[in-house]
Amino acid sequence: MKLKSEFSKEHVVSIKDFSVDEIEHVLDVARTMEPVAKGRKTSDILRGKILANLFFEPSTRTMLSFEAAMKRLGGDTIGFASADVSSSKKGETLADTITVCSSYADIVVLRHPQEGAARLASKFSSKPVLNAGDGAGQHPTQTLLDLYTIRKEKGEISGNKIGIAGDLKYGRTVHSLTHALSMYDTEMTFIAPQPLQMPKEILGRLSRDGIKYDQQQNIDEAVEDLDVLYVTRIQRERFPNEEEYLKVADSYNVNMKTLEDVDDGLIIMHPLPRVDEISAEVDDTDHSRYFEQAANGIPVRMALLSLLLEVEL
Amino acid sequence: MSEEKKTIKISPIKKGTVIDHIREGQSLKVMKILGLTETVVKDVVSIAMNVESSVGKKDIVKVENREIGSDELDKISLISPETTINIIRDYTVVQKKRVQLPERIKGIVKCKNRNCISNQREPIEPEFKVMSGEPVNIKCIYCEREMKEEEISENIV
Ligand SMILES: [Zn+2]
Repeated sequence: MKLKSEFSKEHVVSIKDFSVDEIEHVLDVARTMEPVAKGRKTSDILRGKILANLFFEPSTRTMLSFEAAMKRLGGDTIGFASADVSSSKKGETLADTITVCSSYADIVVLRHPQEGAARLASKFSSKPVLNAGDGAGQHPTQTLLDLYTIRKEKGEISGNKIGIAGDLKYGRTVHSLTHALSMYDTEMTFIAPQPLQMPKEILGRLSRDGIKYDQQQNIDEAVEDLDVLYVTRIQRERFPNEEEYLKVADSYNVNMKTLEDVDDGLIIMHPLPRVDEISAEVDDTDHSRYFEQAANGIPVRMALLSLLLEVEL
Repeated sequence: MSEEKKTIKISPIKKGTVIDHIREGQSLKVMKILGLTETVVKDVVSIAMNVESSVGKKDIVKVENREIGSDELDKISLISPETTINIIRDYTVVQKKRVQLPERIKGIVKCKNRNCISNQREPIEPEFKVMSGEPVNIKCIYCEREMKEEEISENIV
């Protein structure tokens, strides 16, 4: 399988840099990674390669998943898990840290609390940079694994009615996902209380691009004819007081009652960790896919590492 | 207001650059963008604010003895897209054109997002992609936030 021909990216910074063809190519390669990701087959296509995990803020699970992806392919990892142990505490610029650390490794994975950090890193790094989340900005591997999950479960991304629920105003995950889905032929339903609805600019862009969407306040009412329900967390700190939060949080719970009249094929996704948005009783139904979704992060990250490192599969 | 009265306020210059049709109240920001507020500038600069014109009030800035380059002047379009530039030689306008919005903006505006990496102590200049001209809309190449006219004007470096 030739990899480079359909993927000319030097870095993976933002999902907005991707065309549909490039997304589909990453997802195709990810599918071929499944047996290795699950440990049924072994691979050493990245043997001798080193990944530097530079995590300026902790995100244990993201870090572990990159580590697992690299090691499944025979590569190795170095890195740090928080800013406390990096030189940034001593006042070093991110530019300098990247210049130095990219000379130690073959690929750099960056997690940083400031928006645009990965773009800056890509300008100073001598090696490919993979954005693992920059502040309220981009987290492209999350979006790609979300798309991978939808495609894997539904055969394709286009043609689905997708409900997106939670904090749509501030949530970076849902903004990136909405952007990516708008490149496909999907119908979107945004489910959130009015103060946390999708920002006007994003809705305006969807209208201009001719994307069909509607807005709902209540999950139970919106869920009926959806193919996919993507649930995200509503954060307590967005509300003026506990009482207001509880009022909303209560109506944002997916439980057995929510699922009474839904389509048999409905799948429920969540970027995790969840708090109260999805009751544990839902885990055992045929609808839940959030744990598979998290597992899908491994083949998707394996695909990106192989593509960026330009190895033959 | 008659043509005659206008010429009294804006006396002609022998040579240099006349920046006309600046949006009312934006002349100081225009000077800032052009670096004319720096103390090292030795050119004679005169400003006229709130001048009546056929389409409402405007500001005018005149810089004597210096022909400012287009690239420099085009930056003004960010805060005042209707601005026109007149290059004067020997009391005659030898070149007249409207400022044009460049495709990329570097170093004149800072990003409105305080948590943007371009607002930290890093060895880079803020940089924006121009998304649209009317109304002006630019997008930070780092954090991808978009900025509208008023926001741009508030964030001139
Ligand atoms: Zn920015």
